Order: sequence, then structure tokens, then C-alpha cells
Amino acid sequence: MTDSREVHINVPVMARVEGEGALALTIRDGRIDTLKLQIFEPPRLFEKFLEGRDYEEVPDIVARICGICPVAYQMSAVHALESVFGIPIDGWVRDMRRVLYCGEWIESHALHIHLLAAPDFLGFPNAIAMAEQHADIVRRGLRLQALGNRLMHLFGGRSVHPVGVRVGGFHHAPSPEEVATVVNELRAALPEAEALVYWTASLDLPDDEQSFTCVALRHPGEYPMNQGRLVSSGGLDIDIENFDSHFIELHVPHSTALHALLDGRPYLVGPLARINLNCDRLPESVRRVIAATGVRFPSRNMFHSVIARAVEVLYALIEAIRLLQNYALPKRPFVPVTPRAGSGTGCTEAPRGILWHRYTLNGEGFIRSARIVPPTSQNQARIEEDLRVSLEAYGLERNEQELRLRGETVIRNYDPCISCSTHFLRIHVDRQ
Amino acid sequence: MNPKPKIAVHKFASCDGCQLAFLNAGEKFLELAQLVEIVHFVEAGMVAPDRPVDIAFIEGSISTPEHLDHIRAIRGHSRFLVTIGACATAGGIQALRNLADADEWIAGVYAQPRYIRSLATSTPVSHHVKVDFELWGCPVNTPQVMAAIRQLLFGVMPVDEHDKVCMDCKRSQTVCVMVTQGVPCMGPVTRTGCGAICPRFGRDCYACYGPAENANSLALGRRFEGLGLMPDAVARRFLFINNAAPVFAEAGRRWSGADD
Repeated sequence: MTDSREVHINVPVMARVEGEGALALTIRDGRIDTLKLQIFEPPRLFEKFLEGRDYEEVPDIVARICGICPVAYQMSAVHALESVFGIPIDGWVRDMRRVLYCGEWIESHALHIHLLAAPDFLGFPNAIAMAEQHADIVRRGLRLQALGNRLMHLFGGRSVHPVGVRVGGFHHAPSPEEVATVVNELRAALPEAEALVYWTASLDLPDDEQSFTCVALRHPGEYPMNQGRLVSSGGLDIDIENFDSHFIELHVPHSTALHALLDGRPYLVGPLARINLNCDRLPESVRRVIAATGVRFPSRNMFHSVIARAVEVLYALIEAIRLLQNYALPKRPFVPVTPRAGSGTGCTEAPRGILWHRYTLNGEGFIRSARIVPPTSQNQARIEEDLRVSLEAYGLERNEQELRLRGETVIRNYDPCISCSTHFLRIHVDRQ
Repeated sequence: MNPKPKIAVHKFASCDGCQLAFLNAGEKFLELAQLVEIVHFVEAGMVAPDRPVDIAFIEGSISTPEHLDHIRAIRGHSRFLVTIGACATAGGIQALRNLADADEWIAGVYAQPRYIRSLATSTPVSHHVKVDFELWGCPVNTPQVMAAIRQLLFGVMPVDEHDKVCMDCKRSQTVCVMVTQGVPCMGPVTRTGCGAICPRFGRDCYACYGPAENANSLALGRRFEGLGLMPDAVARRFLFINNAAPVFAEAGRRWSGADD
């Protein structure tokens, strides 16, 4: 054995993330030399082909950026466009958008917890294998996921690329009978969602306290979804219009997703950041469940993200029931729109964190320019920082198999949605 | 006893939405795993891209140099190759770049265009390898995918549902939105399979399931002009989710003046 020993490992595929990427890691003299989360998702150039399109086409176009969170893309877009046109969104439309978003949170979070993340914590390669020994757990997750899909069907006709959203509101209002059926299903699922929170809190999660900055929306009266100011755990408190004064996007060679930094530093968006900054906005009933788990928010353990997701599933069920229990048909499910020239910003809380859009339009309502900042690109720098800290804490002397699995677990914990980018997720450890 | 049939799900340039036809299937996804062996499906956690399979499902369009090698390799070890969705079947919405200067677009989005490796075009899988069956839709849904698997495993080609959306509206007694509201509905040229969800929501179909059999896009485009649409607006109706499907591309060229 000499110091010049070199170890090259090429372990194919980072599985159970949306889209494909790779991790390149070089360990030199027992320390991490370089570490890159590589994203090669072929660019699809949405921001360019939005140019010249009519504002009415935007919700159906931006949905196609992400099959996992199309509602988020539609919500940020319509809010940005409505701010250009000066349309106030309140009453029925505001409430039902929140219900639709609850559906997407439930579906996306339940999918991530059970099909993508949980196999890591229970020691299985995938959820199918996990289901052989934990059938009840997986089935409960699939039922909750289906319920999220039900809510999206109600307002969108389908859960992937739903067709109900328009600038100004909705194309269609579901009948009170349909809504009543869904409300009954939501109520029946409450004990399961509560049990899910306790179950995630009982998982043997790595204890890995880190220091990081959280960024989320914050609203005076509610847990944030469609509206609020941009706040951070470091004291930032700005209007969404002023994103560019504090956040910058960088293009690095190893990623087709732009990196984002807040005042020059990585930051976290997503469920843990949201709950860390907005725990006081959760209803008493949800806070009681959190208290009973023994987990405290704000939390500095990144692996508490899975618990935060479960809490948000429970919250979204309760919120959807609250908003739907006195449902009545509106006179009209949308506010009429008169286009005008200008620029507008929308920022909403996608399941994976803040999703920021900005559009400039001409007087006829055609898009002149578009800019979209998705949550996963914002988390990239934080994921790299986390990998560095947590792999060093885990022990770089461990074998490649262990390092690879821990690295994948760290990445998957962010629920990265690389589809807004990738290919093969390769882990390449170059030990020198 | 025969070993279980093997299937794979591969992703190219896409939004991942068609893979959700499996991952959003709930209990049916677990049933599927009993019926077949899922040997490769990265998002679900199965990784073996090179293992021979009975059915390979392809999501996404061909848009990078690596995609070309990858799709040929998959064809080489798959008994049936089935495309799922608008991207794999017709190039997807991102095929809009085929009509533009892709390099200029990349330069417009990325600060360092030299870091980006991409083909100038986004093309359907069938431009590169033989495709046994195409499942249209943006996105495809669970019944479409499950029916195709059942039929292929029984040794028959899946039934090609290529009726027009109009037929679905008639069958479900949905009021025609073009006749009653004068909106430019693409239903008369669009393949069924979605359940006519847009007309049922009182809005115009936007052709996410691609062209129907014998789609008469010329007549529909003229009808749209009759409704008051400017030629550019007619072109945009065709140049949308399935813009590179030949019958839509042709109509798009005609009304955008590209043929002049």
C-alpha cells in the first residue's frame, strides 16, 4: 500500500429521482477534492418558444416543463400574467387554486416519500421490493397519492398536464355533488395522513445537523402556496418582484440547469425550508401532531425533509377539506381578462420549493420574453454543499459502495426534479 | 413455467409526465410488477439499461448526440419498442426549435452556450429506429399503457385508437364548443384517448393527442379563419404540442406563410 494508490469507480445510475444526473467525486489524501452534481438534461428551451405566443397559451405550454408538478408551473405563470393585466384574484378562484395546489402537493409528496425516498431508509433497492415486506405502508402511500390525483382531476380533468387552469381562473367548476364525494374521501384519509407523519418520524433517519439558509414564501395569514413575500432564515424579506436584487443565476459547465445563489451563498427551498419558516402558519391540529412526534421545527437536520413532506400531506388534506366543505358553484369560474403591455412576476410554492416566473408582454397580450427559475436549479448548490459536509461527516474512509449509497440518499432527500433537465445518473468516485 | 416477461421504461428529452402513467397507477403498479419483471425504470429504482427485454417503453424525443447511440442500443435488445407520449412519438413541444435557429435559442437561455451539447432538432424515435407501436398523448394515461402491455403479452398488436375527439364528444353527449361558443377547437383533427376532457370543461381541444386518422387540417384551418382567426393564430393552433407531426407541421407551414 502506498500513498499513490488510485481508485477509480464508476457506478452506474442514480435511481429514484425525476430525470437523470450524475455525481462526480474526487477524494484526494482522504479529503474531498472536487464534487459536482452533474445535470445533463437536454435543454428544451421553453423560455424561447414562449416568445411570440398568446398569453392564453401559456398555462398549457409551461405545464409541459414538468410532468410531476405541472400545477406549480401553471400557478406561477397565471399569477405573473394576472399581475401584468391588473386582475385581482380572490374569492372562489383563489380558494380553488389553493385546493388544486393541495392536490399536487399530496400527489408529489406521497410519490416521493414512498416510491423514491423510503427505500433508502428501510434498505430496499426500490418500492416494489419494499412492498413485499411493507405492503401496508406502500399501499397507504399509493392511496394518498391517488387522492392527490383525485383533487387535480376535479379541477383539471387529469393530474398530469391538467387542462382546467386559465388566466383569470378556471375553465370549469366541478359540481357540488362531485366535490361532496371527494370531501368524504379526504375526510376518510385523515387518519392515514396522520399515521404517515408518525411513521416518517419513526424512521431511522441519519442525524446530520447542518447550517444552511432556508428560503420560502411567507404570507400574513396562511401557510404559503400562491402568494406571499420572499423570506429567508437570514432575515431577507422582499417582494417577489425584487428577486433579481438578491438572487443570481450562474451557468456552470457541469449542468444544463442554472445554479442560483442568494447573496453569493447556496440556499435551500422546498418542504423543510417552508416549514422551518412557516411552522406558525400551520393550524393547531397539525402542530399538535408535530409536537407528538418529538421532532421540532425549525430543524437543521436535512433528513427531516421527509417528515416535512408528510406534515404537508396532512396539512394539504385538512386545507382542502376546509376550502371545499362549504363549496358552492360560482357565477363564473374566472375573471374576464383584457390584455395590456407590461411585465409581471409570479412566485408560488411548488412541491419542491419556490418557482419564480417573469413575463414581458406587448399590448395584444403576446409574450415578448419569459424567464423561469425552477426549485431544483435553486437547490443544486445546496445539494453540492450538503454532499460535501455529510460525506465528510459520514467518513470518507468508507468503501465506495457505502459512500455511493449515502451520496444518493443525500441527493434523493431533496426530491430533485431533474426532468426540467437529464440522462444517466452516474456516480464517479476518483480516489487519488 | 416461463419466466416473467420483461419490460423497461427509458427516458429521453421529456418532462417525465408519461412515466407517471406507471407511477401514478397506484395498486395497478404493484399488480404490474407481479405480472412482468420491470428490469429498467430509473425513476422507479430499477437500473439495467442494457438487459434484453420483451417491451421497451420510450419516453422523450431524440435531442442530443448521445440519444442517437442510446436509442439504437435499446432497439437492439428489445423485442417490442413502444413510444409513449408526444415527445417520443412526434418530437414533442420542444420540436418547435426545429423551426428556429436552435443555436441562437441556446445562446438566449444559457450564458455559456459552449457548455451545452444538443442536436439542432428534437425528433421522434421513429426517425431513428423501427417503432413497433406508438402511444400518443401528452401525457399518455394508465389505461393506454396497461392495455398495450396486456395486448402485446397476448401476442397481438394493440388496437390503434385513432378516432377523432369529436367522436368522444358525441358519445358522451358533450356540447360542441366550436358550434356553440365559436372557439377554435382542434377536436375535428385530433386523436381520441383523453376522454375529450377539454370540451367537457367547456374549452377548446388543443390537440395534445396528435393527429387523428385522415385528419383534414386544411378544412379545419379554413374554418378557424371563418371564426375570425388571423393566419398566424391558425398556425399556432397546429404548431403546438405535436407541432412536428407531419399533418400538423404542414398546416402550420401553410398558415405561417413558410410555404410562400
